[in-house]
Amino acid sequence: MNIAEIEKEIEEEFSFFEGDWEAKYEHLIDIGKFLPLIDTHYRTEERLIKGCQSQVWLHSELKNGKVYFTADSDAIITKGIVGLLVRVLSGHTPDEIVDANMDFIDTIGLKEHLSPTRANGLVSMIRQMKLDALAFKTKV
Amino acid sequence: MESSLKHTSLLDLEAIRRDFPLLSRKVNNKPLVYLDNGATTQKPTAVIDALTHYYSYQNSNIHRGVHRISQDITVAYEKARETVQQHLHASYPHEIIFTKGTTDSICLVAHSFGKKYIAAGDEILVTEMEHHSNILPWQQFCENNGAVLKVVPVTDEGTLDLIVLETLLSKKTKLFAFTHVSNTLGTINPVKEIIALAHSKGVPVLVDGAQAVPHLAVNVQELDADFYVFSGHKSFGPTGVGILYGKEKWLQQMPPYQVGGGTIKRVTFAKTEYADLPLRFEAGTPHIEGGIGLAVALDYMNNIGMDRIAEYEHELLVYATKQLSVIPGLRIIGEAKNKASVLSFVIDGMHPNDIGTLLDQQGVAVRTGHHCTQPLMDRYGIPGTVRASFAFYNTMAEIDILETATRKAVKMLA
Repeated sequence: MNIAEIEKEIEEEFSFFEGDWEAKYEHLIDIGKFLPLIDTHYRTEERLIKGCQSQVWLHSELKNGKVYFTADSDAIITKGIVGLLVRVLSGHTPDEIVDANMDFIDTIGLKEHLSPTRANGLVSMIRQMKLDALAFKTKV
Repeated sequence: MESSLKHTSLLDLEAIRRDFPLLSRKVNNKPLVYLDNGATTQKPTAVIDALTHYYSYQNSNIHRGVHRISQDITVAYEKARETVQQHLHASYPHEIIFTKGTTDSICLVAHSFGKKYIAAGDEILVTEMEHHSNILPWQQFCENNGAVLKVVPVTDEGTLDLIVLETLLSKKTKLFAFTHVSNTLGTINPVKEIIALAHSKGVPVLVDGAQAVPHLAVNVQELDADFYVFSGHKSFGPTGVGILYGKEKWLQQMPPYQVGGGTIKRVTFAKTEYADLPLRFEAGTPHIEGGIGLAVALDYMNNIGMDRIAEYEHELLVYATKQLSVIPGLRIIGEAKNKASVLSFVIDGMHPNDIGTLLDQQGVAVRTGHHCTQPLMDRYGIPGTVRASFAFYNTMAEIDILETATRKAVKMLA
């Protein structure tokens, strides 16, 4: 699946929760629980995303021309959101990642439901993923 | 609820809540339960009306105006100063300086008092429970001037270690800056006793009253505080206005902090003679309607009665503590005997932000995080807390909603 297809899949998944905050957040929490954990030695200050109230660590790797992300957070809901971002962007080429518009976050009502400080964290997270992809571009 | 009826005799909550339009808002399709009063308080209609009235009928620049509306608003502004003076029981109106807020008041003292009285090698004393606003101005002053910052530790239950305090107060100590009420723990410090101790060692004090003025009666003369500061917006008044009370004997000797319009007697390019108190410290056109609105807010509280407010809020705190502390895994941070209506807690294995997010979904507004007290969080080895902070307009029924919502959050996060 390409990035747009994964985004569409997530939008459909979340459309079941329309008007049911509880089910939606339970789903996010579940995603958080299943996020592939970052290697503990990557949970460093250097990989910490600034702008999040809770702590988020991001690690990026280039394998066969594709970028793979792993991430972690000390807060489970944040981790769930990070999990969505990883699911959408991980395993694609640097170009695809840089060009991704990430509109699904708005569509599934996460930007609207999370506080501005958290939204800023989300924005920082996406920016960091794209910056990493950009840096890998020169190595492809 | 039996509990919500029991207290109707103490305060007329229905009438009080009608005075605060924002409290009838809905959030996420649920009635708002506003428990973030430590961050800022809501405003009664009287304050909102005062601001509207100012812009509709009174707007004019104060002081020096020869025309009628300027003179009228000058009288109103100076009357507001007197209201603050009376509220704090200060000796004179000119001991009340209007500032932008608590932070601005502390910065003023750090710069001005610091410049005059604190030299390289001298010590400034703060405590481990201070808000960053009462740490950073002193830390920066020390860095710039070679003074030394010393810190009074906090005990496990959340009180100041008075034995260590006594050993830290020395001839080198030029000022002790500490909070009246901790914004994170709720601890009410024994201010009078602490000030007596500091004074016995010849050390003047600055008391951060930002979290005290909205909750309890303050008498700066009885406390014998050298400086006492608070913010308008945390005391049901407008944002952007605050108060510095200073004893005349200090303020008279202190050099101006910010200079500019309004602070002078006579300006020449060779030399400027500065105005008397309080204008010397109020550079530029002040937050006129803010000062007036703050006085209205203080009047509003006094109409209810500070003692009744303190008594009612104590009952809110006791009830909330009882209801929340039985939630499995919940630990209250700050267990001093004498507390204002602030309840901070953590829940085993759960991040405060997750709890805050799920409470918000249920219409409950709390604050999560370090509450601008990172050294205190380090002291307890936690990333932050969930903080419910109550005001006199909160009800026992709202505490029941907080409890139910917290239990739901815990269930979802488990």
